[in-house]
Amino acid sequence: MIPPRFHYHAPATLDAALSLLNDYGPEARVLAGGQSLIPLMKLQLAAPAHIVDINRIPGLDAITEENGTLHIGSLTREAALEASETVRAGYAILHDTAAVIADPLVRNMATVGGNLAHGDPANDHPATMVALGAQVVARSAAGERVIPVADFFEGPLATALGPGEILTGIQVPQPPAGSGGAYLKLERKVGDYATAGVAVFLTVNDGVCQQAGIGLTNAGPVPVKAASAENFLAGQRLTEETIREAARLAAQEAQPSADLRGSADYKRDMVRVLTGRAIRQALERVG
Amino acid sequence: MTMRTPPEIGGMGHSVPRKEDPRFLQGKGNYVDDVKLPGMLHLDIVRSPLAHARITSINAEKALAIPGVLAVITGKDLEQYNLAWMPTLMSDLQMVLPVDTVKFDGQEVAAVLATDRYTAADGVSAVEVEYEPLEPVVNPFRALEADSPIVREDKEEKTNHIWHWEAGDRSSTDRAFSRSAVTVKEDIYIPRIHVSSIETCGCVAQWDAVQEKLTVWMTTQAPHAIRTVIALVAGHLGLAEHKIRVISPDIGGGFGGKVPVYPGYVLAIAASFLTGHPVKWVEDRMENLMADSFARDYHIAAEVAARQDGTMEALRIKTVADHGYTDAACNPSQFPAGLFHICTGSYDFKDAFVEVDGVYTNKPPGGIAYRCSFRVTEAVYAVERMADIVAHQLNIDPAEFRMKNFVKPESFPYRSVLGWEYDSGDYQGALERAMEIIDYPALRREQAERRDRGELMGIGISSFTEIVGAGPSRHFDILGIKMFDSADIRIHPTGKAIARFGTKSQGQGHETTYAQIIAEELGIPASDITVEEGDTDTAPYGLGTYASRSTPTAGAAAAVASRKILDKARTIASYLLDVSEEDLEWEPGKFSVRGAPDRARTIQEIAFAAYTDHPLGMEAGLEAHSSYDPPNLTYPFGSYICAVDIDKGTGEVKIRRFVAVDDCGNVINPMIVEGQVHGGLTMGLAPALLEEMVYDENGNNLTGTFMDYLLPTAVETPVWETDRTVTPSPHHPLGAKGIGESATVGAPAAIANAVVDALWHLGVRNIDIPITSAKVWQALRDAGVDE
Ligand SMILES: Cc1cc2nc3c(=O)[nH]c(=O)nc-3n(C[C@H](O)[C@H](O)[C@H](O)COP(=O)(O)OP(=O)(O)OC[C@H]3O[C@@H](n4cnc5c(N)ncnc54)[C@H](O)[C@@H]3O)c2cc1C
Repeated sequence: MIPPRFHYHAPATLDAALSLLNDYGPEARVLAGGQSLIPLMKLQLAAPAHIVDINRIPGLDAITEENGTLHIGSLTREAALEASETVRAGYAILHDTAAVIADPLVRNMATVGGNLAHGDPANDHPATMVALGAQVVARSAAGERVIPVADFFEGPLATALGPGEILTGIQVPQPPAGSGGAYLKLERKVGDYATAGVAVFLTVNDGVCQQAGIGLTNAGPVPVKAASAENFLAGQRLTEETIREAARLAAQEAQPSADLRGSADYKRDMVRVLTGRAIRQALERVG
Repeated sequence: MTMRTPPEIGGMGHSVPRKEDPRFLQGKGNYVDDVKLPGMLHLDIVRSPLAHARITSINAEKALAIPGVLAVITGKDLEQYNLAWMPTLMSDLQMVLPVDTVKFDGQEVAAVLATDRYTAADGVSAVEVEYEPLEPVVNPFRALEADSPIVREDKEEKTNHIWHWEAGDRSSTDRAFSRSAVTVKEDIYIPRIHVSSIETCGCVAQWDAVQEKLTVWMTTQAPHAIRTVIALVAGHLGLAEHKIRVISPDIGGGFGGKVPVYPGYVLAIAASFLTGHPVKWVEDRMENLMADSFARDYHIAAEVAARQDGTMEALRIKTVADHGYTDAACNPSQFPAGLFHICTGSYDFKDAFVEVDGVYTNKPPGGIAYRCSFRVTEAVYAVERMADIVAHQLNIDPAEFRMKNFVKPESFPYRSVLGWEYDSGDYQGALERAMEIIDYPALRREQAERRDRGELMGIGISSFTEIVGAGPSRHFDILGIKMFDSADIRIHPTGKAIARFGTKSQGQGHETTYAQIIAEELGIPASDITVEEGDTDTAPYGLGTYASRSTPTAGAAAAVASRKILDKARTIASYLLDVSEEDLEWEPGKFSVRGAPDRARTIQEIAFAAYTDHPLGMEAGLEAHSSYDPPNLTYPFGSYICAVDIDKGTGEVKIRRFVAVDDCGNVINPMIVEGQVHGGLTMGLAPALLEEMVYDENGNNLTGTFMDYLLPTAVETPVWETDRTVTPSPHHPLGAKGIGESATVGAPAAIANAVVDALWHLGVRNIDIPITSAKVWQALRDAGVDE
């Protein structure tokens, strides 16, 4: 299908982009990789009058590690995240995630910032960022603010970003010693959104879980933070029994809806199965 | 296979690189959407959001106010020209545009004509249509109930039942069942799927008012038949067949979906006729998925009667066929259910009875042969699933079971109880070869060991028999036109050649394989032969390419026409060499005098002489025509073995190995055959595990994009291990059979059989395709299995 008419802007600086967003308010939409926005426009589910293309703004696509934090520029392509040595070496869970998003063609365009800003609970990064306790950096004409990922998602395709704001980067705390993570996704085929996806990030000391972060993909109207499973695991020795119990608790927190991928029962059970497997894999990766 | 020609000539058996590939690989193909003409207008279509509704008003005012929108065409407009409805190939009626009611979600409602593609789309969004919803008929069984709403109020008889068709002897089959020791019954649904070719459908229509000639570039597998259909449908408007030229340029996949006439074609032609401008219509992917012909959708109840020792005796099949709102299948006229009565498959059933009832529902029309020769996939799937179920029920190994029931090599030509005469086969040989490649005994041992450890692994076999090459004129016609196909070969003075055919390649590689056939027969290098198809002004009449018919019909015509040329060449050679024809010996490319091999004339020299120095009284030139009426169909076959592993936690099915042994008789180009098999296997995998057109209870299509209608990628596709046996067709001039569709037909059952084999001990008898993880998960949890 063909989208309705729109005006296209390609500012060369962040300030120019912010001022355009300021001028056009809710009429304007940021265009990053376009892999979610353009399909929506083609399906005529979104019809913004103004498109503000941020791809020409320099400096938004860096991956750097600084002061105990990994900074991921919002325009970082999924392909770049997947290829990053820093990410592969220190953030296996992020590498896992990038590698299962869509397909290589989409990953060459899609951005990490867009993956979060789109606010789609079916996207894979939100769950991972929830498990990692990441923060989102947003800029507007008025200045910069930092939003914890746990507070970022407000509803299906709705986030804490205001119309005048651009997400500029994501901050991920550097994993402490004795930590490990994994992201597992069940999909019908490559390029599909998750039937269920589970991100687990654990800090373990001597077989005892100190802290656990668990995020669920496509398991409700927003990315789900499986708090009861996280709380249960904290302080527990990780055994087959406790892992199974955590998986059961995570499944209880999932509120999936039935679609062509399967029934709600099936998806909830997949959260259980994947949570168990992700905990075991995270544990194997604890350094 | 021994080859008669050296590689420089490149006759049968050589893997000659495809002549068409350089242009395709360089992006230099010429598809319909590449056709751009001066003054060309663009057509886009307003579609119904409801499956069944009365149109209360169509308001085009806002659309017509958009600069560049020239016209909005409705069914009422077409009605004035008696064009609102058109006949289908199955003698039903299909709407070009509706006059009062819409019958499926996505149906054409109005057409917008504009100066460019984008404006046309804006126009479509601006047309306001009001609907009064009617109760939709979605389930074909519901459609057959007495109080069901009627889909086709336009028809005299108020019923959703279209036709009943049957084959075989009902009473002898019933008797066989009543005296049989073992009877097995299973309901098997083969869901609605879609061919989803890379290129969607479209056309460019150009009416030349001065020459009074219509030229249409069209994505069609059957250009000649389409020309005749246009002449028949629009004859009353003054379109005579000699004033119609259909050009089928490069085609990005057909698979049966480009045989029918779609409303968009008629609209573009009508719009060009009315405006005097060329008009382009090319549908997008969603339109293609939602409105173009579907395939399959057979609800099959199958029963087998067998002896305790595993001998299958009788087969009884009752099927409800969901045709959507009209029967727009493209079967030969005499076969409303296609060649479904090939359903006795590779087995020597003594009794069989099969019946099919066609039903209307509020879904798009179709029932086309998706890469199979008219309902053969449905037939093969049913019998191959049943063979496995019976084998498992009797606790007999499925391979051993098949060996026991196969039609034996010495029984060919074999007359099946449902009336087909199988030309040749060695079913046992193909299965033995497949078992050898996959090491079947070792796999079975491994399966047993794994099962002891609680792991789920399955092995599935499909030993299919195909029926292709429609077809002999005594049974096969489309709209009365006999299903021959033809070749025109012309040898130029310098010994190069052009050959034209009534078929139309959509990826099959005809430009290469037909040249190889002529190279084989005449010894002219394949590289010296140009092959053309698809232009009705230049190519000879033929019924087109589908149902694996090109090699059996037009390929045979190429051989027959070549032999006519060779006869004339022999006469010229005898004149040139001054010996009698009996004293000449032929080897590909050359006549020589028996006993004096130095005295010879090459085919190129003879061609030159045909124009410069031919015998007195002989007509000049070297050319021939053949319209080949095949004496019988050809019956390719094969055995596929698939091994799967199942994840007990998620229900995921992973294909570990897939061995495909095919037999298509003598092979023209092994590389192309292998390519056809690879593509076909992937198109067999797709419906087995992924593809299904899904409708909700209101008849809304839930699978209108590739995010929901799932096609496999390289990741989902296993490594195909292919091999061949060669059992020539006794009646085809080259001993060849079709190969384009064997794999699509044979593969789904092998995969489904493997999955059920992994789960049989848990009490699972059948899982309908597509076998999704969700369905397997359900079966596992029902059986109390978890990881
Ligand atoms: C075929 C296909 C399969 C896919 N499969 C998956 C999958 O399996 N998993 C998955 O996670 N994703 C998947 N996606 C989505 C893909 O990852 C998207 O690209 C991603 O969700 C959005 O990133 P983008 O850069 O393309 O954003 P865009 O499409 O450009 O924008 C998306 C939304 O975010 C807003 N936005 C983007 N960047 C910013 C910013 N810096 N500041 C403020 N707002 C911004 C836009 O205004 C828009 O509303 C798939 C996409 C396709 C086409």
